[in-house]
Amino acid sequence: MSLSDTLRLSRRTLLRQLGATGVLVTLGPAGAWATQAMVQQAVRDRIGTREPQPHGVTLRLPEIAETGNSVPLTVTVDSPMTLDDHVLRLHVFIEGNPEPVAATYHFGVRAGKAEMSTRLRLARSQTVLALAEMSDGSVRSGTASILVTLGACVEEVWGD
Amino acid sequence: MRGHLCRLSLGVCAALLALHVASAGEPSPYVVEDRRSGYTYLSEDNQQLQDDDFANPGLLWVERGRELWQQIEGTAGTSCAGCHGDAATSMRGVRTRYPRFDPQGGKLINLEQQINRCRAERMHAPSYPYESDALLSLITFVALQSRGLPIDVRIDGPAQPFFAAGKVLYEQRRGQLDLACSHCHERYAGQRLRGDVISQGQINGFPIYRHTWQTLGSTHRMFAWCNTSVRAAPYPPGSDAYVNLELFVAWRGRGLPVEAPAVRR
Amino acid sequence: MAEPRVRVPSTARQGEVIEIKTLLSHPMETGHRRDVYGKLIPRQIIHTFTCTYNGTEVFRADWYPAVAANPYLAFFTVATESGRLRFEWIDDEGTVYATEAEITVV
Repeated sequence: MSLSDTLRLSRRTLLRQLGATGVLVTLGPAGAWATQAMVQQAVRDRIGTREPQPHGVTLRLPEIAETGNSVPLTVTVDSPMTLDDHVLRLHVFIEGNPEPVAATYHFGVRAGKAEMSTRLRLARSQTVLALAEMSDGSVRSGTASILVTLGACVEEVWGD
Repeated sequence: MRGHLCRLSLGVCAALLALHVASAGEPSPYVVEDRRSGYTYLSEDNQQLQDDDFANPGLLWVERGRELWQQIEGTAGTSCAGCHGDAATSMRGVRTRYPRFDPQGGKLINLEQQINRCRAERMHAPSYPYESDALLSLITFVALQSRGLPIDVRIDGPAQPFFAAGKVLYEQRRGQLDLACSHCHERYAGQRLRGDVISQGQINGFPIYRHTWQTLGSTHRMFAWCNTSVRAAPYPPGSDAYVNLELFVAWRGRGLPVEAPAVRR
Repeated sequence: MAEPRVRVPSTARQGEVIEIKTLLSHPMETGHRRDVYGKLIPRQIIHTFTCTYNGTEVFRADWYPAVAANPYLAFFTVATESGRLRFEWIDDEGTVYATEAEITVV
């Protein structure tokens, strides 16, 4: 058997052994990551050709995520929430995840305050973008960046 | 930079908590002598989440457990409440004492097994499978009734040989990575493994809502995860090996408070 | 599993902006994870959350897989009148999870 044959065989055996113990580790999601193009398309689908103004939208997000599985996010939009001036919808984009959109929140005058809190799953370090569609047709934006650290023991689902 | 801040804030936290004297009325502190609860290794966000009496996801299981406590099941036509009444009174302190030596079985018994024994013998109801939502809900509900009380397991007398067996397991190298529990949790506790700071591996917080699992889990699930992580075959849940290990690990955290449902990474 | 958890103040002043907190037990399976055999676990998430106040919708959320499991959501609404708030979560299988809360507005 040639050297390359031996190496190939060893790698296959190793992979089979790893697979047997259920620890075939993949460092990425099953599919691809979201691309910039996908994010742009998702943004355009929601706000059309309107250009977001980068003010009035505040994101509270930890600087470092202890775990990407559950990251607390609070978004507040500066708005009196009156009939003449209120937030219609808030979109949250996560460009570093497999899918670029996290959620859309529908506010309206009855909300009283344009703020929501939730917990997100973040696959890796990235910038979270929030776009607020206002009642006057304008769009405001805000961002926050976060470092997502890799846990000690990397795993996929092994039915543990 | 962040590492410094992390160590500094942990140090400050530990110092402040160590000053906290545990008396009859006050909850046990998160740090007792050199024993530290997993709580002290959490980010502020996760500590707040654990302390949040609404948003702690483990409370979903507590609520389910509260329902199950009242639920009449089995041919004897009774519920947990039928014998034990108000859990806040009857179950107070219970979590701090398990696993314990069981004269009936001649070995240790843990909380899950105790509940299933009650179901079989008193309620004539089928056992809950290990790690089922129902069993997890009940043990979390029962454990909650001891929240803040210090872990206080017996390792003397008839429990001694099982405690010793648990200690052997803890110090035994295993798996392709050839590591023992003691390597990470004693020798390298406080140091980093990739993005994580290694904890002491205490179990006073269990059952825990673990973000890695996106659900609530038991000590045996944790032991199995750790074993698999060093590429060792895990023991079955409810096995003697894991119950013995549970007693040893509980003893390692003696005096630390019951935190169920704790939140962990 | 457990009933959905909601926290709504039991009383409020007319016009007061109140905070509502919600928590639901749900795996929010992303559709990107694989099982031990390497097979993709199908997506199964809550895709829509609504809050109605005496029958009128006052808040809605469209969710995607990036929302963490056992989803938590806090939002605000104006206490306009006494009555009932109804909360509904709908998942990809069409299951509707619902709970209600009463409020007295003075």
